[in-house]
Amino acid sequence: MCGIVGLLVKQPALRGQLGALMVPMLVGMTERGPDSAGLAVYTEPVQDAQHKLSLYCGKHELDWSALLTSLAADLAAVHEISAMANHAVLTSAADPEAVVAWLAEHTPSVAVLSVGRSIDLYKDVGAPAEIAERYQFRKLRGSHLVGHTRMATESAVTPAHAHPFTAGRDFCLVHNGSLSNPHLVRKKLEPLGIEFETDNDTEAACRFFEWRLREGDDLKTAVHRGFSELDGFFTFLMGTDTELLVTRDAFACKPAIVAETDDYVAIASEFRSLAHLPDIAHATLFEPKPEEIYSWRI
Amino acid sequence: MANLSNTRQFDLAKQSVRQLNDFLHKNAAAERVTHIRVEHPDGAHSLACGLNAPLEVQIHGHVGYYVAGMNKLAAVTVHGNAGPGAAENMMSGRVHIRGFASTAAGASAHGGLLVIDGDASLRCGISLKGADIVVGGSVGSFSAFMAQAGRIVICGDAEDALGDSLYEAVIYVRGKVRSLGADARFEPMTDRDLVDVAQLLSLAGLSHKPSEFRRIASAKSLYHWHADANQEY
Repeated sequence: MCGIVGLLVKQPALRGQLGALMVPMLVGMTERGPDSAGLAVYTEPVQDAQHKLSLYCGKHELDWSALLTSLAADLAAVHEISAMANHAVLTSAADPEAVVAWLAEHTPSVAVLSVGRSIDLYKDVGAPAEIAERYQFRKLRGSHLVGHTRMATESAVTPAHAHPFTAGRDFCLVHNGSLSNPHLVRKKLEPLGIEFETDNDTEAACRFFEWRLREGDDLKTAVHRGFSELDGFFTFLMGTDTELLVTRDAFACKPAIVAETDDYVAIASEFRSLAHLPDIAHATLFEPKPEEIYSWRI
Repeated sequence: MANLSNTRQFDLAKQSVRQLNDFLHKNAAAERVTHIRVEHPDGAHSLACGLNAPLEVQIHGHVGYYVAGMNKLAAVTVHGNAGPGAAENMMSGRVHIRGFASTAAGASAHGGLLVIDGDASLRCGISLKGADIVVGGSVGSFSAFMAQAGRIVICGDAEDALGDSLYEAVIYVRGKVRSLGADARFEPMTDRDLVDVAQLLSLAGLSHKPSEFRRIASAKSLYHWHADANQEY
């Protein structure tokens, strides 16, 4: 079992409240996912020449400013770092692939959770409320976000197995359910040069969709293809820098409910994560139908 | 509502589900309370589950999983939407969902009446064992799957595989059926069917004409094992 939450604010004036609106949504899904939690938030994009990398150092003590100094010595470009406990967002004008390679060589204990121009990503093991507090989720600003609370059923409880999963740039996926053919998907993708970081089923779906996006599909087309390629139970919620999308398997095995007003669209596994939202009594409420694709743009 | 002495209110913003259910199970009868009003359910699970007395419970708001599960004798009304498994395994009494119901509404229910004013999601009435279900809107796929006894009245449409592997339950549908499940078939409406549908619609407070409904029941071709069918059902 797991819980998913998604929120997109339609009015730019509400972007400052994104985190505050979301925290009760995430904490409301604690019973569905008490072992790990995470979220990806989409902020204003950084300048054209820059990228952001969300970094995670786990239980290791890390001097983020020393990391920045070493990086700047090796890669001549403007770099900035904003640290939050064992996470940090590195903004850099260098080629992100070069930064990822440098990190792998010089600080192998640091995991790169996301790369893009809008996405910031936080995830760890622990209770959702604890994680929301540790990373000050209530202060997050942005246009939309994708969150998850995990109760592991098919692979280990580690920070790397927590959701959201990312692949490529500014793309992330969370999943409630389980896939029965993640190894077949992986066998298909690995010969194409696509590397996996975990044995988690959701990672296979994430890399599948991102591969299709790189091959030229738009997100809806990629998801349609997923209906025939991915076998199992799922409610998938995914984000790009401009879009939030939710879909359920053909049997609607895993729950989802959407609340939409003029101000926001909110998605959760259950209504109890939506009950606190402003003007919820007048929101349009519906459950996504099986194998239908629902998406919203910022 | 009844007079104050036999009425009790619960506010789930301040009180727990355990307090509510404990009262409904144990103290309501002793305190001669028959009418219970519940505020701020906010999607909570298992509200008014396992009741075994002729109580009237009015829940104002949306509820989560398993509302009024295993209900006996009580009348439970949800003035909102219900999560998965509403009135699951109901034995008797009446459960009324004024909004829409999520998956598996009325699953395995043995008796009583479940009324859903809005739509019901997939698997409505799965493994039904004798209860009656009236859905004012439409139902999702695999509704009435392996339903053994009871009646389901669908005023709107049905998605795929309606009545798959039906036993003795009967379905009445007014709208379109995207597909029937294995061994389910349309049958002519008899006078008895028209009377039954009229009675169920009346109990649900709906005014459709019984003649607008079509009957679906089991062709019973799966009742016996046919060695020469080569498992091609």
